[in-house]
Amino acid sequence: MTFAVGLNHFLLLGAFLFVCGAVCMATKRNAIGILMGVELVLNAATINFVAYAHYNPIFQVEGQVFALFVIVLAAAEAAIALAIVLNFYNNHTTVDVDTAEELKG
Amino acid sequence: MSEWLSSHRALVDGVLAVVEALLLLGFVAGSAVFFIWLERKVAGRIQDRLGPTRVGGRFGWLQTIADGIKLLVKEDLIPSDADRMLFRLGPYIAFCGAFASFIALPFAYTWVAKPLSVGIFFILAVMSTEVFGIILAGYGSGSKWALFGGMREAAQMVSYEVPMALCVLVPVIVAGSMDLNFIAMKQTGGIWNWYLFHDPFTFLAFWTYFTCATAQCKRAPFDLAEAESELVAGFHTEYSGLRWSFFFMAEYGAMFAVSGIAVLLFLGGWNTGFLPELSTTLSRAMGSEGQESYLGWVIGNSINVVVFVVKAWVLVFVQMWVRWTLPRLRIDQVMMTCLKYLLPISCVLLMGVSIWQVAVHPSVGPYFRYGMCAVCVGLLLWLGVKVVATPSRLPVSVTGATDLWNRGPIPPELAQKTTV
Amino acid sequence: MDTLNDILFYVLMATTCICALAVVLTQNIVRAAAWLLFALAGVSGLFFLLGAEFVGSTQLLVYVGGTLVLVVFGVMLTAQGPFVNMRIGAAEWAIALAVGLVLYGVLSTSLIISNPPQSDVNRHVDATMPDSSVLGSSLLGQGQASPTGFLTGMPPAMRRERKPMAYLLPFEIVSVHLLVVLIGAAYLARAKRRRAV
Repeated sequence: MTFAVGLNHFLLLGAFLFVCGAVCMATKRNAIGILMGVELVLNAATINFVAYAHYNPIFQVEGQVFALFVIVLAAAEAAIALAIVLNFYNNHTTVDVDTAEELKG
Repeated sequence: MSEWLSSHRALVDGVLAVVEALLLLGFVAGSAVFFIWLERKVAGRIQDRLGPTRVGGRFGWLQTIADGIKLLVKEDLIPSDADRMLFRLGPYIAFCGAFASFIALPFAYTWVAKPLSVGIFFILAVMSTEVFGIILAGYGSGSKWALFGGMREAAQMVSYEVPMALCVLVPVIVAGSMDLNFIAMKQTGGIWNWYLFHDPFTFLAFWTYFTCATAQCKRAPFDLAEAESELVAGFHTEYSGLRWSFFFMAEYGAMFAVSGIAVLLFLGGWNTGFLPELSTTLSRAMGSEGQESYLGWVIGNSINVVVFVVKAWVLVFVQMWVRWTLPRLRIDQVMMTCLKYLLPISCVLLMGVSIWQVAVHPSVGPYFRYGMCAVCVGLLLWLGVKVVATPSRLPVSVTGATDLWNRGPIPPELAQKTTV
Repeated sequence: MDTLNDILFYVLMATTCICALAVVLTQNIVRAAAWLLFALAGVSGLFFLLGAEFVGSTQLLVYVGGTLVLVVFGVMLTAQGPFVNMRIGAAEWAIALAVGLVLYGVLSTSLIISNPPQSDVNRHVDATMPDSSVLGSSLLGQGQASPTGFLTGMPPAMRRERKPMAYLLPFEIVSVHLLVVLIGAAYLARAKRRRAV
């Protein structure tokens, strides 16, 4: 590996963001914090798409189009998730996901 | 020399980038100083007062600098209930959002810090980050007034962004590009080539855009985030000193940026409206047989910069004029204006301009443009004549009184002259 | 000699990584949102660096200006105390960090070992990308926008060229999806009487 920036650098960064997001989802008890973890994971995927689009000319449009779809769907997902969180808050007066155990067997 | 330059590419690029950033920063800070002075003068005249008159000669033009020095030496308070990190961060994020929009704002043909093929989209995107600084400031202050201000700001910005972006799309559809250089160059030549007069939809889109832009800069009548009659000072209640002044730099920077966008999209950019595009014409005229003269290009572009900046300043002035003329709306009225009126209007405009582009015969376009242009210029001239012909009453103290604050009883002839 | 873009890459990468870590480590949810802002802005800076201006701008507009503001709005609506704090135990932290480290180790080693397919290894970071008009025409379904080439990741005997692709249908599906989401979110979050507690 050299210091000149190449595809691997971007992929490693994507992997790092993915891991951060996954750990964030695992460690946060606040539902909105979990949502932030999801955003980080989706961003990791977007970085990979755009990096491939840049370093592999065959996918130069495909990578960008998929990145756009990821961003748009992430926005949709955030909107729905927040609506669910608000509903949860209305019912439980908290956003602590540990209290969501009514369906526990 | 050129060898050294090419071998130290990174260094040269870096230095150039820093110089460009400093130039822009100087421009933003300088225009903020000018705008604050102008705002106080405009407010004064509209309220039948004089505004600042003491510092820096007759017109008080040093007032802002004196205020700035006062703000610099003021104690920088952080409330004990505040989240210190967010409280510190807020003003800088707000300023960065407003400042970053200047990166892609061309001041003259190709005179732009970073030419982007998606220039207008980029500017809208970075300006939407400004709101985040204000929300963080409102939340981090740990004060109820500031929190209310931040919440209102969040709701207002997220709503007004949508019609604003839709209105921006109208001239983008007409030009067929998001590159601001390209859009402005499509409007060269006569004033009838400006997109304001292109078709009825662009004409209405300009006014809708300007309304949304006023709200986006949280200027009155949409300044619910700071509403001093209800929220003390809204999101910046707890701020003082330098951090407080950053909010103002952000506000005035954003005002110039949205006005600059309006000028580039609707009002012909840096084109004068009666001359051909100056930079290309002058470079061709001053060059000898086929050779383009760089000097001519620079001179032409310098004139272009002046034209562009003056046009944008006029729009900024209009924003101030509106601020001191209209009363503030309530928050539900603000949201209703956006969601029930501006949003449907902008959707209709977007559809309308698409249909106009496809369905209206190309020969109709010029006639509409000339007619629209003639009507607007005629109206403006008529208004101008009316304004000049109406005898104006000067504010009391202009007519000879030297000490403004300590004046004795008004002399009878003066009192007669100024009865309202 | 590294060019400016390489330096910028390392600066942006460091910013993004540190801020992403801070999102994980901070306990205060609004601070996490602020760190997330910087992480997302850093990612969009990387997109600009890669020449994907449209994607970078979209990232700024949709994520920072839209989603993140929405998230902070949600925090404000659901906050009970002045600053929300929800802690988890040290054991949970240890497990999460260990799993995270293992995951990153697996991902990065597999990345380096598998040597991801790229047509030109030495392609530089400031090489050009197609601009937004190419992107737009491919979203409108006006034929293929990328150059043809062999599909990667196949054994040499089975090599074949990729089919020309356009993205009108996905684009329309995403649009309808957004509309559905908009209505759904408005329905879910509509004002209701809170259950007596």
